[in-house]
Amino acid sequence: MALQSLDIQRRSATTTPQPGARNPVEVAKLIDVTTCIGCKACQVSCSEWNDIRAEVGSNIGVYDNPIDLDAKAWTVMRYSEVEENGKLEWLIRKDGCMHCSDPGCLKSCPSPGAIIQFKNGIVDFHQENCIGCGYCVTGCPFNVPRISKDDGKAYKCSLCSDRVAAGQEPSCVKTCPTGAISFGSKADMKEVAARRIANLKERGYANAGLYDPPGVGGTHVMYVLHHADRPELYAGLPKDPSISPLVGLWKGVAKPLATLALAGVALGSLFHYVVKGPNEISKEIEDEIEKEDAQ
Amino acid sequence: MHVSRRQFFKISAAGFGTSSLAVLGAAPSEARAEVRQYKLARAREIRNICTYCSVGCGLLMYSLGSGSKNARAEIIHIEGDPDHPVSRGALCPKGSGLLDFIHSPNRVKYPEVREPGSKEWKRISWHEAVERIARHMKDDRDANVVAKNADGVPVNRWLSCGVLTCSAASNETGILTQKVIRALGVVATDTQARICHSPTVAALAPSFGRGAMTNNWVDIKNADLVLVMGGNAAEAHPVGFRWAVEAVKQRGAKLVVVDPRFNRTAAVADLYVPIRAGTDIVFLGGVINWLIANDRIQKEYVLAYTNASSIIAEGYGFEDGLFSGFDKEQGRYDRSTWNYEFDADGKVRTDPTLQHPRCVWNLLKAHYARYTEDVVANLTGSPREGFRRICELLGATSAPDKVATVLYALGWTEHTVGVQNIRTMAIIQLLLGNIGMAGGGINALRGHANVQGITDLGLLSTNLPGYVPLPSEKNHPTFADYVRKVTPAPLRDGQLNYWSNTSKFFVSQLKWFWGDKATQENDWGYDWLPKWDKLYDTLHLTELMQQGKMNGLIVQGFNAMGSFPDSNRVVQAFSKLKYMVVIDPIATETASFWQNHGASNNVDSSQIMTEVFRLPSTLFAEEDGSTVNSGRWMQWHFKGAEPPGEAKPDLEFLAELFLRLREMYEKEGGSVPEPILNLAWPYKDPLSPSPEELTKEMNGRALADVVDAKSGAVLAKKGEQLASFAHLRDDGSTLCACWIYTGSWTQAGNIMARRDNTDVGLGNTPGWAFSWPANRRVLYNRASCDPSGKPWDPKRKIIGWNGERWTGGDVPDFKVDAAPGSGMDPFIMTAEGQARLFAVDKLADGPLPEHYEPMESPIGTNPLHPEVVTSPTVRLFKGEKERLGTSAEFPYVATTYRLTEHFQFWTKQVRLNAIAQPEQFIEVGEALAREKGIAAGDTVRVSSKRGHIEAKAVVTKRIKALTVNEQTVHQIGIPVHWGWETLAKKGYLTNVLTPAVGDSNTQCPEYKAFLVNIEKA
Repeated sequence: MALQSLDIQRRSATTTPQPGARNPVEVAKLIDVTTCIGCKACQVSCSEWNDIRAEVGSNIGVYDNPIDLDAKAWTVMRYSEVEENGKLEWLIRKDGCMHCSDPGCLKSCPSPGAIIQFKNGIVDFHQENCIGCGYCVTGCPFNVPRISKDDGKAYKCSLCSDRVAAGQEPSCVKTCPTGAISFGSKADMKEVAARRIANLKERGYANAGLYDPPGVGGTHVMYVLHHADRPELYAGLPKDPSISPLVGLWKGVAKPLATLALAGVALGSLFHYVVKGPNEISKEIEDEIEKEDAQ
Repeated sequence: MHVSRRQFFKISAAGFGTSSLAVLGAAPSEARAEVRQYKLARAREIRNICTYCSVGCGLLMYSLGSGSKNARAEIIHIEGDPDHPVSRGALCPKGSGLLDFIHSPNRVKYPEVREPGSKEWKRISWHEAVERIARHMKDDRDANVVAKNADGVPVNRWLSCGVLTCSAASNETGILTQKVIRALGVVATDTQARICHSPTVAALAPSFGRGAMTNNWVDIKNADLVLVMGGNAAEAHPVGFRWAVEAVKQRGAKLVVVDPRFNRTAAVADLYVPIRAGTDIVFLGGVINWLIANDRIQKEYVLAYTNASSIIAEGYGFEDGLFSGFDKEQGRYDRSTWNYEFDADGKVRTDPTLQHPRCVWNLLKAHYARYTEDVVANLTGSPREGFRRICELLGATSAPDKVATVLYALGWTEHTVGVQNIRTMAIIQLLLGNIGMAGGGINALRGHANVQGITDLGLLSTNLPGYVPLPSEKNHPTFADYVRKVTPAPLRDGQLNYWSNTSKFFVSQLKWFWGDKATQENDWGYDWLPKWDKLYDTLHLTELMQQGKMNGLIVQGFNAMGSFPDSNRVVQAFSKLKYMVVIDPIATETASFWQNHGASNNVDSSQIMTEVFRLPSTLFAEEDGSTVNSGRWMQWHFKGAEPPGEAKPDLEFLAELFLRLREMYEKEGGSVPEPILNLAWPYKDPLSPSPEELTKEMNGRALADVVDAKSGAVLAKKGEQLASFAHLRDDGSTLCACWIYTGSWTQAGNIMARRDNTDVGLGNTPGWAFSWPANRRVLYNRASCDPSGKPWDPKRKIIGWNGERWTGGDVPDFKVDAAPGSGMDPFIMTAEGQARLFAVDKLADGPLPEHYEPMESPIGTNPLHPEVVTSPTVRLFKGEKERLGTSAEFPYVATTYRLTEHFQFWTKQVRLNAIAQPEQFIEVGEALAREKGIAAGDTVRVSSKRGHIEAKAVVTKRIKALTVNEQTVHQIGIPVHWGWETLAKKGYLTNVLTPAVGDSNTQCPEYKAFLVNIEKA
C-alpha cells in the first residue's frame, strides 16, 4: 500500500528517519480576520466535506454555535464585541488547528503514527493509531484537539489533507464567501498578508499585522489581525504560544524513565514466565470478555 | 519550567501507562501514514445553481455511480463551481449545507391527506390525490366563477380559490403555473415576491423604466463607495457581498453601513451609522437636501437624463403632510395634479434653465429643504457626524469619474413606505449621476433564488409575464381598450419609448395561451383571460379566508404560515378553508397548521375542518430548468438525481391536475369552460411537459416567416426560435410567453447554459448564461456616456459611440444606431426617455417620498406634520386597527430579519444549518437588558399587540439606545427562522408579532418596524 501520497516530516513516537529526498511545497492557510463576516460557511463546509455532524446545540446568548470545537466540529467561529478608542468592533475569528511547524500535539503523542506532520506543513491525526490518551490535548498550545465521546479518539482539522493531496485547496478556503480565507504556498500567503496589512495600515489600523507565532516555529494557518499587538482580543488567541512545559517534561525526563520502567516490566515478565509459566486466564475473566464482546 | 507535583504525577502515570500499553500490544500493529482517500475521484459531476438566494451561485454536485443505467444516482457532495463568475467556487453556509437539504429526514416522500378534524396524516396515492383535489376545484369553480361583471364585461374570475406560487421554483414551473391558473380564472394569487421585493419593482420602474436590480453582482467591484442600507448584504447575500469586499480590497473603496444594528456587514465596514428602524426617508431626504445645499450634483447628467427640467402642472402641491388631491374618506389620492404640464401636442413642457418655479428641480429642492440636519438627528437618532460623513462620501461621487453603489434589500421594502424608501435612493443616485454607470446603480438584492424570475413571469395578482399587466375590468373591458391604455404615448420628441411595442408582446403571449384558438377575429382570445377587480395580495387573501370567502388554497412551495404577518390570524384564516393543497419538497408549517405543537402552535385539531393535501415535489437537484438571479442572469441547472419516494416535479402534478379538470369539463360541462377547453397544450407528453419545451415557449418562436418590414429579409423562418424581441409581431405570426426572455433559447440552442466566463473588462462576462433583456449586463448603460457619446469616466467604459453605432463590452441599452445629438435619451423604457426624479402619477402615496412613521411608532407623532403621522394611504382591513399597539403598552421598536446561517424557514430542516444556529433568539442592547434584568442566555418573552414569543436573549453592544424626539428609544432584533417543523430546537413563529399592514402601493407587510415589549420569562 502506498503510504506516500504526502511526504512525511515527522511521525509521533517514531524514531525511524523519514524519507527526505523529496521537497514538496510548504502550504499555508491565511485567515484575514478583517474581512471575515462570520457567516460560518467554513464551519458548514468543513463538516460537509469531512462527513461529521455535531449535535444540534443550544443558544447560550451569543452567535457562536457550536459553542466549542468538538470531535465533530473541527472549526468554529468565535465572536468578540470589543470597544476600541470609542469605536465598536465585532471581531470574528475562525478557530481551529493552526498546523504548527513545531506541533505540541505530535511531540506529546505516545502512539506511533497517530499524529503525522507532512512536509507540506499539515499536521494530521490518524485515528486508527490513536489510543485516546489525550496527550495531544495537553500538548496543544491552542487547545484544539478534542476526544470523541463515540470512539475515545482525538480529532481535529486535517487542513483537508485528502483534498490537498489531490491538488485542491481545503474545503473552508474554497467556500469562503468574502475571500477572507486563502490558501497557497506559505511564502505566497505571507505576501498576500503583507499587502493586506499595508492596506489596513492605510485605513488607520496602525497595529495591523500577521499572526505566525514563532513560539511554535510558525504556523500553517496564519491570521491577518487589525490589532496584531493584542491577539488576545480575538477570543483569547494566545499572544505568545509555546508548547506546554509538560510536553518538555515528558520528552526530557519522563520518557527515559518510562523506557526504563518498560524494560523493567519486560524483564519482570520474562522472570514471571520462567518462574511461573504462561499466564492463564481464569474462567471468570473469559466470561467477562465474552459478555463485553456480545454487547 | 514549572511543573507542579500533581501535574508531574499525572503525566508520569499516564505516560507510563500508555507506553506500557503500547508495548503490551495495544498499539496498532501497522502504523500507516496515508491521508484519507479523496472521495470524489471518479464521482459524476453535475452543474447546478444554488436554490436559496438570488446571488445564484454555481454548484458542482457529485453523485454516486458512474451514470450507468444500473446505478442509482445519489448526491454525495456539493461544492462551489469555480468557473462561475459571481461565486468563483464560494458558497455561503446554506449553500455549503445543501447536501443535508436534499437528504433532509423531513422531506415529504408520499402524497398524504389530513382529513377534516383529524390529528394525523394519511398516505394516499397520487391518483387519489389528483381525483379528490380536482373534484374540490371543479365543484367550487362551477359554483363561484364569475363569468361577467355587473356591466356585462366578461371577467372569468374565480375568487374562491387562492393560489400561492413559489419564488424558488424554476421558470418552467412558474410559466406552466401561470398558464394553468389564468385558464382557471385565478386572480387571487401571490408569491413570495409580494412580501419581499414588491416595492422594488414599484419604485424602480417609475424611476428608471424597469423594476430590476440595475447592475449585477460582479459589477459591485467597480464602485468607489458601497453604501449598504436597508439591507445586510453580508448576512443575506454573503457570496454576492464578496464583490463589495473586492472593491474595498482592490480599489480602496469605502464600505459604509446604515442600520439599526451593528450587523455582520458593519463588522467589515469602514463606517457604521445607527438609525431608528422606519426612518430611512428622513435620513436620505436629509442627504438630498445636503447634496443640493452643498452643490454636490452631477449637473450635466441631471439636466440631460432626468426630468429635472420638466414643468409640473398647476395644482400640484404638498402641504402639512399631504399631497394635492387627497380624499380623506377613501384614504386615497386623486393623482391627476401630479403630472406634467403638456403642450398642444401632448408633449412635456420643460425649462432647461431650471428657473421655472414648477419645474421638478425646484419642487424637489423645496420638498427636501425641510429635511435639515436637525430634523434628521431628531427623528432618526443617528449621530450627526455619521450622517454628515455619509453625505460627504456620497457627495464626492457626484464627480463624473467617481461612482457609488447601494446595496439594499428588505430593510427598505418591508415598510408601509417601502416603495418610497427606495425612491429616495433612486433620486440620490440620479442627482449623483450614478445610474447606468459601471460600479453604480441601485442594487436591489433579491431574496429567493428565482424571485426575479417568478416576478418576471407575472405570478402576481394583477400581472402577466414580462411586466405586461393582466387586464382590469374597469380599464380594459375590450382588447382595444387594453392596447390603447396600456401602450404609453411618447411624452417627448425623438424617444424610443419601447413600451410602444406592447401589442406585440401581448398578442404573442395570447398566442402562447390559446394557440390556434387565438385569432384576429376573437381578439386573440382576450375575453378568456380573467380580469381583475382588486389587488389580491397576501394580506387580502388572508382577509378573504378570514371572512370565509375563500374555499380552497393551493400552495406551491410557499411557507405562508411562517411568512405571513400576524400568524395567529393566519391560523384562523387557514382553519376556515374547505381544502388546502400544499406542494413542497419538505414538511412546512403551512401544511401542518392544524397540528398542535404546544406553545409553538396551540390549536385544537378536532375543531379544524380543513382537508389538507400534502404533495411531495422535487427540488433543484432533481430537475432541469432555469432560474434568474438578482442581476437578471438566467442560468440553467441540470438534474443530478432522482427525487426520494414518490416525489415528482410540480410540472407533472400541474399537468395531471389540469388535464383531469379539462376532462371533467369535457364530460360534465360546467361554468365558463372555454378558457379551460381552449388552453393550448402542445406538449409531446401531455402529462409531463418538459422544461425544454416550456423554456422555448418563453423565448418565443415564429408561427409564420417573420420578415423585416424595411429590407424584406426573413428574420425567422416558420417554426424557428426567435433571436430577439424586436422580431415579435402583433399579427399572430409569433408566439412568446415572456417577451423579456427572448434570446434565452434561440436557434443557437440553450443560451442560458453558456459557460464562457471570459472577462471582457470591468468583470463583465457576456458569454456566461443570458441576462435579460437582450443580454444587457448593466441597465441604462447609455447613461454611462455623456450626451455627446463619450464615457463620463474613460476608465469605466461599458459602451461608446464609434461614429456609426453604439458598441462595447456590454449590449447597448439603447437603439444601436441612434447617434448622440439625435434627441433620443437613455431611459428607453419611459415615455419621456428620461429618468424620473418626480414620479408623476405612478405611485399611490406621492410623486416625491415623504417621511411617515411606521404604523406602530415609538414617538406617536410626526414632527414634520403632526396631523399626518403615518402614511395616509395605508389600507386597513376592518378590525386591523385594533390589532395595532401603542408605545405606552409596547415601548420598544422591533425589527425582524434573517441570519446568514439560515434561509427563511427551510434550513431549520437541514441538519448542517440547524447545527450552525440551533435555537430561536432575539438581540437586545446592553442598556435595555440591564434595565430589564436580562442576562445573555436568559429566556425572554417578547410580546406585541398580536401575540408573543419566547426566545433566548443575545445581549449585545451592537444595538445602542437612540435619542429620538427627546426620548430614549431601544430597538430589539428578532430573527425569523423558527417553527415546529424542524431539526433545530422547536420555536415560535416570529410573525406572531408582526402587523398585517402593508406598503400603500404593493401591500408588502411592515415586518421591519413595529412595537413590542420584552420581559424576562
